[in-house]
Amino acid sequence: MSEAAAHHDAHHEHHATGMMRWLTTTNHKDIGTMYLIFSLIMFFIGGSMAMIIRLELFQPGLQFVNPQFFNSMTTMHALVMIFGAVMPAWTGFANWLVPLMIGAPDMALPRLNNWSFWILPFAFSLLLGTLFMPGGAPAGGWTMYPPLVLQTGEAFPFLIFAVHFMGASSIAGAINIIATVFNMRAPGMTLMKLPLFVWTWIITAFLLIASIPVLAGAVTMLLTDKFFGTSFFSAAGGGDPVMFQHIFWFFGHPEVYILILPAFGIASAIIPTFARKPLFGYSSMVYAAAAIAFLSFIVWAHHMFTVGMPLAGELFFMYATVLIAVPTGVKVFNWVATMWQGSMTFETPMLFAIAFVVLFTIGGFSGLMLGVTPVDFQYHDTYFVVAHFHYVLVTGAIYSLIAGTYFWLPKMTGHMYDEKLGKLHFWLSTISVNVLFFPQHFLGLAGMPRRIPDYAVQFADWNMVSSIGGFVFGASQLLFVIGIVKCIRGGEKATAQVWEGAHGLEWTLPSPAPYHTFSEPPPAASIEGGMR
Amino acid sequence: MATAHAHYYVPDASRWPILTTISIFVIFYGGALTLNHHSIGPITLGVGFLSLFAMLFGWFGDVIRESEGGRYGHWEDVSFRMGMMWFIFSEVMFFAAFFGALFYSRVLSVEWLSGAGAKAATHEFLWPHFLADWPLLTLPRDYGFTLAKDVIPAWGLPALNTAILLTSGGTVTWAHWGLKVNKRAHLIVGLAFTVALGALFVYLQAGEYHHAYTELGLTLNSGIYGATFFLLTGFHGFHVTLGTIMLAVILFRAMRGHFTEEHHFAFEAVAWYWHFVDVVWIGLFIFVYWL
Repeated sequence: MSEAAAHHDAHHEHHATGMMRWLTTTNHKDIGTMYLIFSLIMFFIGGSMAMIIRLELFQPGLQFVNPQFFNSMTTMHALVMIFGAVMPAWTGFANWLVPLMIGAPDMALPRLNNWSFWILPFAFSLLLGTLFMPGGAPAGGWTMYPPLVLQTGEAFPFLIFAVHFMGASSIAGAINIIATVFNMRAPGMTLMKLPLFVWTWIITAFLLIASIPVLAGAVTMLLTDKFFGTSFFSAAGGGDPVMFQHIFWFFGHPEVYILILPAFGIASAIIPTFARKPLFGYSSMVYAAAAIAFLSFIVWAHHMFTVGMPLAGELFFMYATVLIAVPTGVKVFNWVATMWQGSMTFETPMLFAIAFVVLFTIGGFSGLMLGVTPVDFQYHDTYFVVAHFHYVLVTGAIYSLIAGTYFWLPKMTGHMYDEKLGKLHFWLSTISVNVLFFPQHFLGLAGMPRRIPDYAVQFADWNMVSSIGGFVFGASQLLFVIGIVKCIRGGEKATAQVWEGAHGLEWTLPSPAPYHTFSEPPPAASIEGGMR
Repeated sequence: MATAHAHYYVPDASRWPILTTISIFVIFYGGALTLNHHSIGPITLGVGFLSLFAMLFGWFGDVIRESEGGRYGHWEDVSFRMGMMWFIFSEVMFFAAFFGALFYSRVLSVEWLSGAGAKAATHEFLWPHFLADWPLLTLPRDYGFTLAKDVIPAWGLPALNTAILLTSGGTVTWAHWGLKVNKRAHLIVGLAFTVALGALFVYLQAGEYHHAYTELGLTLNSGIYGATFFLLTGFHGFHVTLGTIMLAVILFRAMRGHFTEEHHFAFEAVAWYWHFVDVVWIGLFIFVYWL
């Protein structure tokens, strides 16, 4: 065994070059890089769709696109951003960071890892190809509610199979991360010493394995309802269209925590670093994340309060939903307490992390409002909902991703990013994102429905403001790309430690981290534990 | 738990994952074209499946060669075990979606359609003559469906199939005992019995489907009963078929002298999978056929 491995290590330095390196790689850093670049590309494709939406909504009336195409844009924007941008970005960070953070030589199942990445470009070509098909891209909303979604044209089976395909990728990725964390930790890296990014990712992985197959089942039933005569979602045959909503949201609610839990992990890495204090309440952070994950499975019907559920259901799902505020509150409290009396500096990652805490909390509060059944009857399907989930997803998940990118980019590339450019990116983004989404609260409370290309004239002013915010936010993200490209191509040399206050195994490695790391496990003394 | 994985085996670059992805992509593309009635669909689908089989052959071939070449020690083994365990859990959740649909329609939607709970208006204004019943043979709308004359009774073929699958769970365990004391003939006989019982199950299930379609008029288009019946038993039958193929591969490898008393993860993975389809069947037998 050891001889074989020694031979293997020597042999390994000559990895394939050119295109073949990327197609066939089993290296977690290569695969992580591909995930992150793929995610960035999808972020811009999904973002372009958002720009089309905001362009059409700039003024009342129909100016630029027809309503069918507008509906395709809202549908595809969501699918691309959720499954193409945010989820792969988390898996990309996990690929890069989990082995480094736990002192493992690579991911546990490297070939499976390559497979789960390479599914994505193919799954998205199935999905994005529908834009050019007769009948257009799917336009029934990303939630795919029947009977509406069954009216999709040629795109329909492509939509279903694309969802199956990306689901397979997510499950394979999640299994890999679980096997890596539970099997490959360095000696001395006990579970309660794991960095919180690793903890939140394991919990996310369990959510993925438990929820994605349910989505696969739901869309399979849609497929057979459309093509094979089943009546799962047709009352005429004894089924129920509302049943789809239950099955879908049984997946869908854990899914929103899949999108946000790793963000909590990143904030919990960045805030202690720049506050130069250990994370406040490490173990309560772990338990809070686990509690949120558990609750996420028993709150799904808060997405469907207006559908006509029995009263007992409305009440149960309201109480369960509001309960989530408790562990989430614990987390926000801990981040704030970590900063309390810290010697803080405000480099770009910290700016994004602080903005994450503040703006995500706003999204959390509007979520609480939506969780209260009687008032949700007013907010349901209005722009208030749109404002809510964009606060938690854009200024929550995406902000944390951006923060994480600036934070670990020096470790990945070996160069510091351009701090001035990063700060400019932060301020432009943060001002514009609030101009973009805050007015949507007002629009929603005033009754503007979501997913409609036209609106009554009394909504005109705030829509125009929101669109201007949207265009500035979209343009600001080009600064992000420029910053990343500049950092890859050169810049001030990064030290191993990179940040004065950084703690954890990944900062004991040189920058950039070598192609193979921790072929021998790190000494137990270098493991300080997640408390730092 | 985590010690001494200095020599964890990290495989070299491999072309199998990307080629497997391309094969699956061709399958999905061909499947979608077929459903959209494009003439090129079925051929594309066929090409996709053939290339998928070739890719899996290559990929698993590499894994088997590495395993027999002694590349996998304790830590690799644990990774594989965790991978298989959580893969099976994801399969459980896939079936959960369909069981959920069964329970929801049986307990809620069918009852609501006949006016239960607060749904008097639903009943009154949609299909006032509809009466809840299970198995649901008379549907709310009286056209556009293939009405079933009857359903498959539990205590005929399904009970026999239950006995067959439970016995096969026993024979695979018996084969495992043989493997653990390195009695090869015992192992091979046990596996051969298991494969034969699996194949017999699939054969009988196919006969049952034929009976349902041709004589009972129970089809996918027979309302919610037919839909849940065929998707649950169909996906289960598909998993039994896959499991039988996997067992046959293990049998073939056992005959070639693969596996040792301590080192036989592939056998155990397939055995776990086999017990999983067994447990799903018990659920099916109770909730689909019997109750």
